[in-house]
Amino acid sequence: MPGPQPVDSAKITAGPAKASAPLLRASTGEVPDRLFSAAMTACGLAVLGILVLIVYQLTERSGLSWHAFGLKFFGGSEWDPVNEQFGALPFIYGTLVSSALALLIAVPLSIGVAVFTTEMCPKALRGPLSFFVELLAAIPSVIYGLWAIFILVPVLTTRVQPILAATLGWTGFFTGPAYGFSMLAAGIILAIMIIPIISSITREVLMVVPQHQREAALALGATRWEMIRVGVLRNARAGIVGGIILGLGRALGETMAVTMVIGNNPQIVKSLFAPGYTMASVLANEFSEATGDVYLSALIEIGLALFLVTIVVNALAQLLVWTVTRGQPARGSA
Amino acid sequence: MAATQALPLTVPNISLSRRLTNHVMTAAAILTVLIVLAPLVAIFGYLVYKGIGSVDWAFLTQMPKPTGETGGGMANAIVGSAFILGIASVLGVPLGIGAGIYLAEFGRNRLGAVIRFTADVLNGVPSIVIGLVAYAIVVMRQKHFSALAGGFALAIMMIPTICRTTEEMLLLVPRALREAAYGLGVSRWRTTLSITLRSATSGVITGVMLAFARVAGETAPLLFTALGNEFWSLNLNQPVAALPLEIYKYALSPYDDLHRQAWAGALVLIVLIVAAISSVRYVVRRGTLGA
Repeated sequence: MPGPQPVDSAKITAGPAKASAPLLRASTGEVPDRLFSAAMTACGLAVLGILVLIVYQLTERSGLSWHAFGLKFFGGSEWDPVNEQFGALPFIYGTLVSSALALLIAVPLSIGVAVFTTEMCPKALRGPLSFFVELLAAIPSVIYGLWAIFILVPVLTTRVQPILAATLGWTGFFTGPAYGFSMLAAGIILAIMIIPIISSITREVLMVVPQHQREAALALGATRWEMIRVGVLRNARAGIVGGIILGLGRALGETMAVTMVIGNNPQIVKSLFAPGYTMASVLANEFSEATGDVYLSALIEIGLALFLVTIVVNALAQLLVWTVTRGQPARGSA
Repeated sequence: MAATQALPLTVPNISLSRRLTNHVMTAAAILTVLIVLAPLVAIFGYLVYKGIGSVDWAFLTQMPKPTGETGGGMANAIVGSAFILGIASVLGVPLGIGAGIYLAEFGRNRLGAVIRFTADVLNGVPSIVIGLVAYAIVVMRQKHFSALAGGFALAIMMIPTICRTTEEMLLLVPRALREAAYGLGVSRWRTTLSITLRSATSGVITGVMLAFARVAGETAPLLFTALGNEFWSLNLNQPVAALPLEIYKYALSPYDDLHRQAWAGALVLIVLIVAAISSVRYVVRRGTLGA
């Protein structure tokens, strides 16, 4: 309110005195206008520049490793800084397996929460519930890691792993000594971290499903679940997949919590009880102490690979979410 | 009355298996909510339980003790975090708001669409990769770790969030307000800054606070930029301690007293972040009521 007031009162008092003044002023305003628009455009271009800078720096600094190992870098499983032999396969494997495990746990839970909050839950509960789930998203990664080290890992070792080994040990995924610090722990903590992302996007997507779809299903005699399945989930499919992929992007690049519980051992083992290593956590652990240009370059190449994968995954997710929510308000339609 | 009497007649037509499925799926959805809430309650519960007993005056005001000795605090890390966040804000906030203004006021074209998409994609770049870039640009040039490099990394992470929320908030300002200003002969830059941006102030601040809360707990981009520091430092060109870095280091250490301090640090950090987010919700609610 106090903003606009002085401006127009000044104009009014200046107006009648000199009739031609506004015209003159409009023309003198042109130079600052150009400057302003140029400055704002520069800020906009800076966003573009940041992306270019990231790509340029990562490709430039990883050149040494790329020339030394070529594509073998991504197929080799030997990681030996002393003899300067670098193969990134164990890290790629660890990143993929921990993220897949996280999705396996998080997807059904997230969709369940989203369906409950949009379709079933009493109105009074809706606000607090989504606020709590959003709070989960606000907790820093390092605090998840801290909690996982002192609470999750001991519980896994003493309670969960013996049961899994006894019941599902025959599959080969749950065998070997229960250290706690393992791929399983990393997958679980990642799942906890990506649930808020997937469920909040799913919730937004469900909310833009037109109300008449629900009414039509109910009018045909559908039960509430049939209405949700046919009228809501089927219509929101693309957006839900987008949310899942966005969660995947987060899981792939997540660093601290994973580094703190995965056990940091570059190996490829079937059992989820065994420790592993991810692309992000090898960077966290080894980068600041890396000596030698090839070593540094190899680590940056891992960073570049991680960057490219997450860019593709995120762009895909954005497009999917856009196809569903485009043109409609994302909130408040339900 | 008649309507409610008529309704039950249709119910028996729904077969038992369909009704059962309906109930089972409802129960399953409620179960997922409980499963998701359990870790949240556990994390907050332990944070408060372990943290409250550990946060004391010494923790907030004293320097870290040499390794192995009990006592001491994280005063340097708390101030260091504020320092890095200050640098990040100085670098990132003006640029982010400027980019948001561009998108809202000038960016209704192809370049705008490209920048918008870039900002969304940048939002998803792993923080550790941002750390690598800050290392390559600042640390390699300076030849040593520094607070500036840490602030630079966090600034890059703040920009996309600030940019997109600023744009959204500016677009909420009614066109009529702008047209009224133009009609009075106010120049475009003046209109944008003192009419449009001014009307959207609370929303823009929301975006800044969200970005702030998001980077306040970031650890990965600081690992090889700000690095951490045992001592007091407020020098742009020196390594500096940060709360998330200390929590990480202490959590992995073998000493019980350092674990205690890690929990205390975590509680302080989360209180700061939740305070930031709650103030945002408060501002947003007031803003939408006023609009």
